[in-house]
Amino acid sequence: MQFAEPLLLQSGAQLADYTLMYETYGTLNADKSNAVLICHALNASHHVAGSYADAPKNLGWWDNMVGPGKPVDTDRFFVIGVNNLGSCFGSTGPMHTNPATGKPYGAAFPLLTVEDWVGAQARLADRLGIDCFAAVMGGSLGGMQALSWAIRFPERLRHCIVIASTPKLSAQNIAFNDVARQAILTDPDYHGGDFYEHGVVPKNGLKVARMVGHITYLSNDDMAEKFGRKLRNAAETNDYKFDFGIDFEIESYLRYQGDKFSEYFDANTYLLITKALDYFDPAREHGGDLTKALATTRAQFLVASFSTDWRFSPERSREIVEALISNRRQVTYAEIDAPHGHDAFLLEDARYMGVVRAYYDRIWEQGLAKEAP
Amino acid sequence: MNFEDLATLRPDLAFIAHWVGDGAHVLDVGCGDGAMMRYLEKGKRCTGYGIEIADDKVLESTRRGINVIQHDMEAGLGLFGDNSFDTVLCLSSLQMMQHVEALLRDIVRVGSEAIVSFPNFAYWPHRVALLKGRMPVSRSLPYQWYDTPNVRCATIVDFKELAEECGLEVIEYVALAEGKPVTFLPNLRGSLAVFRLRKKAKRA
Repeated sequence: MQFAEPLLLQSGAQLADYTLMYETYGTLNADKSNAVLICHALNASHHVAGSYADAPKNLGWWDNMVGPGKPVDTDRFFVIGVNNLGSCFGSTGPMHTNPATGKPYGAAFPLLTVEDWVGAQARLADRLGIDCFAAVMGGSLGGMQALSWAIRFPERLRHCIVIASTPKLSAQNIAFNDVARQAILTDPDYHGGDFYEHGVVPKNGLKVARMVGHITYLSNDDMAEKFGRKLRNAAETNDYKFDFGIDFEIESYLRYQGDKFSEYFDANTYLLITKALDYFDPAREHGGDLTKALATTRAQFLVASFSTDWRFSPERSREIVEALISNRRQVTYAEIDAPHGHDAFLLEDARYMGVVRAYYDRIWEQGLAKEAP
Repeated sequence: MNFEDLATLRPDLAFIAHWVGDGAHVLDVGCGDGAMMRYLEKGKRCTGYGIEIADDKVLESTRRGINVIQHDMEAGLGLFGDNSFDTVLCLSSLQMMQHVEALLRDIVRVGSEAIVSFPNFAYWPHRVALLKGRMPVSRSLPYQWYDTPNVRCATIVDFKELAEECGLEVIEYVALAEGKPVTFLPNLRGSLAVFRLRKKAKRA
């Protein structure tokens, strides 16, 4: 969807006009009260669920969560997936033509914040005629967007679902992000962000960035169990190679993931999304007081975290819960004992799915109760 | 869940519900399946939260539509501010706690008033069992000694003493048998002890 009215960004810059890619599932009801907005994390897109007729293997990133009969049941809810500005899956981003210069934005693409994304999403909701979402939901960076919705547009969502997220990044989180950014920024093929014109892609930088990131998504236990110290050539010599090639399975796995990622993801997008993560801190303008930051919220909340998530650990979710309780907001909090680290929010887990399903049943029943005279 | 349902399913909870004020802000520590909290919300316009550690109970509570916080009570009630609730419930959970005294102090820190219940170890069938040389197993203590989650055994008299030591005022207490109050020899004839407590007023 094309937007002609300029979007003023938190940085002071503005996007003159822009496109947002979005996908919808299910049917919007007559009073437009059953809409659910799903916000994506770092590397995902508007393609939340299902697959396309011409690409049956391209399954939505949250297909286990969203769909007919699934926890977020598209037989009941009208679900919207939206690709954020600056991303590389169709919405306006650094790889698109800058109308001011006629060349790709590249380094000139403005930095965006979670709040900017939410502002753009709200305009999409306006266009779709949705005054108030039944729920806004996201995991990780997506959870930050959901939280930001609850703060900035309290009257526009009845429920806010924040999974494996945090009210702000820690120094350690920022440190990992900066290592990833440095990998890209120092790749000779980056060309100060204008690599499009040079017909190259900073693949190595992007690959290393993804490898670093990927480590933070997995738990130590999970990695130990999946890979341990297993050698790549275990079936043959099962010995060290005494070079800098691949000895261990974990090396092979991470390099493969990095290579795959560098083939489809945009380096500028990676930079700006990690920066948006770093900048997110709604308590900042309230002297660091998260309770004050959440005082404007009106939604009911579901917050969930995973025991082995060391990227955004349960403690971070508990900070959100504590601030909501201090404001006497309605909040349900599930701390799921799962082995898969941060990635657990994308994986199948009966307890996790069960709580989300039960919570959506509640949203549905509340909606029905409202309709009844 | 209406009062009749609660009275049928959980007569003890139905009795205790009378002690919670209309519209009170309530914290139910160890809320289990959320039945009590749900009744208080629907039947008495209360608001608040339940705390529960067990996954299956958190799920049941979520299904009932109450605000449940998955949290280990042993870790204390640090999530909650001083005097932030009108009533804190701790029903049939205290006896499972390692740190009873600390939790009890935390309960009265966060609430103006607390209602605490626990199985009365001095209930006469328990005494008979002990006289016969066996650990009691009854409807209120339905476990064998080696697999019981109840790590603390207390009687009405014992608990009263601890409450006073913790600087709490016992507003009233009652012993229940089958959900009905026992007035004659309560420490002998009551299977469930229920205490209503508050912080002792500071002297001016």
